[in-house]
Amino acid sequence: MQYLLLLHAEEAGFGRMTPEQQQQGMAAYMAYTEALIKAGAYKGSNRLQFVSTATTVRVVEGKTQVLDGPYADSKEQLGGYFLIDVPDLDAALSWAARCPGASHGIIEVRPVWEMTTPAKAVA
Amino acid sequence: MSSPEGDEQARATADAVARKSYGKLVAFLAARTRDVAGAEDALSEAFASALTDWTRNGCPQNPEAWLLTVARRKTIDMLRAARRHPSSSDELQLIEEALAAPTQGEIPDERLAMMFACAHPSIDAATRAPLMLQAVLGLDAKRIASAFLASPAAVSKRLVRAKQKIRQAGIPIRVPGREELPARLDTVLNAIYAAFSEGWTDPTGADAARRDLTEEALFLAGLVIVLLPEEPEALGLLALMLHAEARRRARRSDDGEFVPLAEQDQSLWDQAQIAEAEALLHRASQMGRIGRFQLEAAIQSAHVDRRRTGAANWSHVAELYKALYSLTGSPVVLINRALAIAEVDGPAAGLNAMPDQTVEPRLTEYQPYWAARSELLARTGAFQEARRANEIATGLERDPAVRRFLERQRFASPE
Repeated sequence: MQYLLLLHAEEAGFGRMTPEQQQQGMAAYMAYTEALIKAGAYKGSNRLQFVSTATTVRVVEGKTQVLDGPYADSKEQLGGYFLIDVPDLDAALSWAARCPGASHGIIEVRPVWEMTTPAKAVA
Repeated sequence: MSSPEGDEQARATADAVARKSYGKLVAFLAARTRDVAGAEDALSEAFASALTDWTRNGCPQNPEAWLLTVARRKTIDMLRAARRHPSSSDELQLIEEALAAPTQGEIPDERLAMMFACAHPSIDAATRAPLMLQAVLGLDAKRIASAFLASPAAVSKRLVRAKQKIRQAGIPIRVPGREELPARLDTVLNAIYAAFSEGWTDPTGADAARRDLTEEALFLAGLVIVLLPEEPEALGLLALMLHAEARRRARRSDDGEFVPLAEQDQSLWDQAQIAEAEALLHRASQMGRIGRFQLEAAIQSAHVDRRRTGAANWSHVAELYKALYSLTGSPVVLINRALAIAEVDGPAAGLNAMPDQTVEPRLTEYQPYWAARSELLARTGAFQEARRANEIATGLERDPAVRRFLERQRFASPE
């Protein structure tokens, strides 16, 4: 099954780190990604720009509304994601716990709604 | 040909298999499809077919295997009907293979795996015990609801949602690996204890649905022990519940009044259950891994021993509560420890050891806190304060017999 790990953290925290700490942090994510690839569980990942760059769009009665800012204002912001393919929720949870983001933020684990792609064996 | 005797025999056989095998068959199917609701549906259809078929053709040699064969076929039919995308046929084929894999002799018992799925940390904590009672023991939502003092509709909805989550979030129906086992077993044991406690809050046993729940909880704990014999906390939980169960009859007088432990008639205690509890606790202690349930069982054991021998052991009890507090951090444990300290060092020392309700605001609505305060205050001679605490305790109690007991205490105290 595929799971999306949504990494939420207080993004100002990154700016408060020293350059060495920032470098260490990046290295931890590189190592984590490497481990996911080695395990054959990696499907994709990205880091997102800060929420100050966000724009929200919706169409109401045929009119497009464009608003400055993120959809939800909260203390922690969505800062990136990993898409992984693992046998079950327990495997997804243990990958989430290993993610560096779990130590400085919160990770939401969401199963992907399987549409037409064949799923992996569950048995 | 159908005959009244054949009907009756078919029904009796089906009932017997249902009692013995329901949870096993649901677990077998669901472990392969991850679809608990689907497994339950397939099985209830299989039972319906059994009644017609067995009446006509006589009961099969192995009714359990017969039911499994039919339920497997129904499960595969349901899976095929539900899949519209041809691309998911790979997955379907794998599930079919897993379902069709020959089961030599006994059907593998995967009820423990099912219990771990029901008590998974991603399932809402309040739903874990009800889900276990339904998926493993086959209790219907109505009975579970009456036991947990909830509306059947609300319980049904929660159960449906939890089963959907198992399927959609991919919660495995599997016993976790060694690394995760201790933490995960904890949630299983807590859910069993929650079921037991719900049964236990009906001490007169007047409500059959709730009384049965303590038996179901004892059965589930027994099952965990058979399947995980090396887990001392599982042994501790069963020992704790047996100790409580053993004294059930002594907790009420003939006219339904509450009888505190110190005044209970020991001849009403179930000696066999106490002996079994002691043996389990002894077995657990050999394993050298202490835990919450073992400590609570040890406290019960100490109470029984004191009543039997007449030898005061309150400082030992206070020590056990201290150890329990260091594990749980629960203010409720502090209340009981304070009562034990009062027996050793006097009521003033006990009052001193009570948790502070200004630090733990939840205690202001907790009956045992006020009852303990009232008792300790009365013993220091602060009768007015004691009466006030007693009134609050009485107002918070939902069991009328305990309310009457508290009222008797209040009027017994001097003005």
